[in-house]
Amino acid sequence: MCLGIPGKIVEIEGDGATRMGVVDVGGVRRQVDLTCVIETDPTALIGEWVLVHVGFAMSRIDADEAARTLEALAALGEAEEEIAAIRETERMLSAEAAS
Amino acid sequence: MKYMDEFRDPALAKSVLAKIAETVEAIGATKEKPLAIMEICGGHTHAIFRYGLDKLVPEGLEFVHGPGCPVCVLPMARVDDCIDIAERPNVIFTTFGDAMRVPGTRGTLLKKKAEGCDIRMVYSPLDALELARRNPEKEVVFFGLGFETTMPSTALTVRRAQADGVENFSLFCNHILVPPPIKALLDDPDMNLDGFVGPGHVSMVIGTEPYEFIAREYGKPLVVAGFEPLDLLQSVLMALTQIKEGRAEIENQYSRVVPREGNAAAMSACDEVFEPRPSFDWRGLGEIDHSGVQMREAYAAFDAERKFGVGYGAGKPVVKEADLPEMQGCRCGDVIKGALKPVACPKFGVDCTPEHPLGALMVSSEGACAAYYQYGGAREYESVEAAE
Repeated sequence: MCLGIPGKIVEIEGDGATRMGVVDVGGVRRQVDLTCVIETDPTALIGEWVLVHVGFAMSRIDADEAARTLEALAALGEAEEEIAAIRETERMLSAEAAS
Repeated sequence: MKYMDEFRDPALAKSVLAKIAETVEAIGATKEKPLAIMEICGGHTHAIFRYGLDKLVPEGLEFVHGPGCPVCVLPMARVDDCIDIAERPNVIFTTFGDAMRVPGTRGTLLKKKAEGCDIRMVYSPLDALELARRNPEKEVVFFGLGFETTMPSTALTVRRAQADGVENFSLFCNHILVPPPIKALLDDPDMNLDGFVGPGHVSMVIGTEPYEFIAREYGKPLVVAGFEPLDLLQSVLMALTQIKEGRAEIENQYSRVVPREGNAAAMSACDEVFEPRPSFDWRGLGEIDHSGVQMREAYAAFDAERKFGVGYGAGKPVVKEADLPEMQGCRCGDVIKGALKPVACPKFGVDCTPEHPLGALMVSSEGACAAYYQYGGAREYESVEAAE
């Protein structure tokens, strides 16, 4: 929860006014809030790497830092845990929609 | 050196370790009178054990494991408050996975979930808000805990709930701050710390200025560090070099992620939604002034403390952790303060294990006790085992 995980921004919601987007985290897509990393134009963020904490992009990082951080998190077993939490939540919410 | 091959750059790690050894010797620290460096962040504690850094550094240097593991410092009474809310009719109670296994006096949230309460693990507070949108007839409560790293996420979620008028969403706010417990530890006459390794991601949010008092008023160095083992070793060397040269400054080893000024958008969201509490109770550390935050009046409609009348919102004094019979015999407090090694606690590995934790330090992989247990611990753990 505290260490976060690097993700690559692959999508910006609408024209960016909602400050929401989608990141790819280790192959899993997850909606994120971009408020803390938007400088001017949200759409300029596509393709950028960010550190994602509990669904919020908190800091822009470069691709090399992203790779090193992912490796360090994997060694601690934290990357796996984070991705599992994302997946489990996704399942919980889609079960919710179906019910 | 069994762990060396796991470093990204073993040669560099060796050279940093050699410089650490030289510096410790130049300072004159020994096994009998070691230097004590506290790593504040639980993520750093985990990395230190994972890579056996505590065994790689010279005996004149000791890591003291700080209070920076949010679930570890969470008092039982706050877990009891969560259960109190979760048991109300029509409530969906949501939280991060880490919090599910923290014991309160009436068990854990996981146990209550098994007993039929609607308690759900979510990855993000945004998911709790989404649940509230989909279940307008239910009260959806998110248990917000953690330091300055996770605080912006709940602040921004509450702001979204207000903007969109999602009135069945509320936050049970139990966020805590890093600088106040450091000050409390520095004021504690039992503590003898020579320097600090500062948290990386908390600092990414708040910057490095909030630590300046540590150097200015207490004359101790602090180096903000990244999470790779080499980051940690380099940060320790930077702190030791300051000690050797008689300096006390706040330095930033993790500048690739941590800007000096922090993250303005994150801090302004927190400031808009939260205000400091007069004081907050910590497991093991007791009440610390201004160490937690509560929701501002403007967001009262989204404040679970006010909505459900629990915890600090109940209008009566909260139950103090130190007064609970459940905590008798537990030495979590001394371990959190770094005054006692986990293995020296009579409950460690006997009544208290990661499968059946008594104290929260055994719950999270970021807790010092769980880390000792999982990775076989430090030098003194091995010597305790050898003696048995």
